[in-house]
Amino acid sequence: MTESPAPLWEVFIRPRTGLAHRHVGSLHAHDAKMALLSARNIYTRRGETLSIWVIPSSAIVASDPGEKDMMFEPTGSKIYRHPTFYEVPDEVGHM
Amino acid sequence: MYAQALSASDPTPLAAEDPAKLAAFQARVDAEEKIEPNDWMPEQYRRTLIRQISQHAHSEIVGMQPEGNWLTRAPTLKRKAQLLAKIQDEAGHGLYLYAAAETLGIAREELYEQLLTGRAKYSSIFNYPTLTYADMGAIGWLVDGAAIMNQIPLCRCSYGPYARAMILICKEESFHQRQGYDIMIAMCRGTPAQREMAQDALNRFWWPSLMMFGPHDSNSTHSELSMKWKIKRFSNDGLRRKFIDATVPQAHYLGLAIPDPDLRFNEAAAHWEHGPIDWDEFRRVLAGEGPCNRQRMKHRRRTEADGAWVREAAAAYAAKQLAPAEQAA
Repeated sequence: MTESPAPLWEVFIRPRTGLAHRHVGSLHAHDAKMALLSARNIYTRRGETLSIWVIPSSAIVASDPGEKDMMFEPTGSKIYRHPTFYEVPDEVGHM
Repeated sequence: MYAQALSASDPTPLAAEDPAKLAAFQARVDAEEKIEPNDWMPEQYRRTLIRQISQHAHSEIVGMQPEGNWLTRAPTLKRKAQLLAKIQDEAGHGLYLYAAAETLGIAREELYEQLLTGRAKYSSIFNYPTLTYADMGAIGWLVDGAAIMNQIPLCRCSYGPYARAMILICKEESFHQRQGYDIMIAMCRGTPAQREMAQDALNRFWWPSLMMFGPHDSNSTHSELSMKWKIKRFSNDGLRRKFIDATVPQAHYLGLAIPDPDLRFNEAAAHWEHGPIDWDEFRRVLAGEGPCNRQRMKHRRRTEADGAWVREAAAAYAAKQLAPAEQAA
């Protein structure tokens, strides 16, 4: 019997409450249950986590690195979005 | 350390790459920017990394065998549990590294195929046999110690997924070395027979551990490009020297003798100088003529075949869960 390759999953773990899930790597598994179990076995051997998310890599939609400049330039050049752009008079104190 | 047998000839030689793209790529590497999976990279960078990362992964998996040999015979439950944890870690390290290699555009199945057919190499140290339990101490102390020397700089390698895998690995590797040294301490504080066994293990693993760092810089081909692309951050001799300087005092603490009559401390340079390494032995072992090469590969192939029913069952079960929806329709 020729084996069918197991699909790729991305693994995210939340180390403690209050923190967001963080991407830690990937693994191959045939279904969600095995993906979750494998993620626990591979990526959490020292009590690093409270919660694991596994997502089929094919479900991830990513921005195109080739379009990086065009996509993100507007977000970098609008300096008036930063509080430091504005001067607060000394007499007013902290704002 | 894992870049053995890299081919000098390449399908897309550097000369054929777009010079503007190459220059932009080099500028990013020089600025310590990480290269991520979908970024442009020279074909040779991609192929060098696939080779090096996968050989690193193969080394972790094959490296489970010499230690697995003593798992059931480790003298106490505590030692069995520690050794088991180390071996499990190694399986995990292999998996992190295979995952990193795959981001460069190669299937897991193909990487396994390269190992099983002998086309890919793994670290030559794992072709040596483990003859006594003291070898568990020597391997953790020396082999993992050497690996740590090599892996810490790799945490800053230019390729993002490899660097991140190395960070995960380094966190766990320190336990491996300490576990091994702990065994050495126990044996060296034990009976004369145990001390002799510890000395014998050091005698057999010292030179192969030094060889892990690869040929002398003067004989190391391909290093230049790897250094330029920040895949390799320090020279072979540089890392080897760091390892020797760190390890000699550790051996002295144990009351053990390093099996090198030419080992002496150079006061002026503040470094330990060592005797000649037998590079013929290194070449033979790398070429498949080491004590355990055939055994390691035979075991790996058999394990792969023996595990097929598990993989097939998992695939069949997953397919079956999807099927009822179609049958009902």
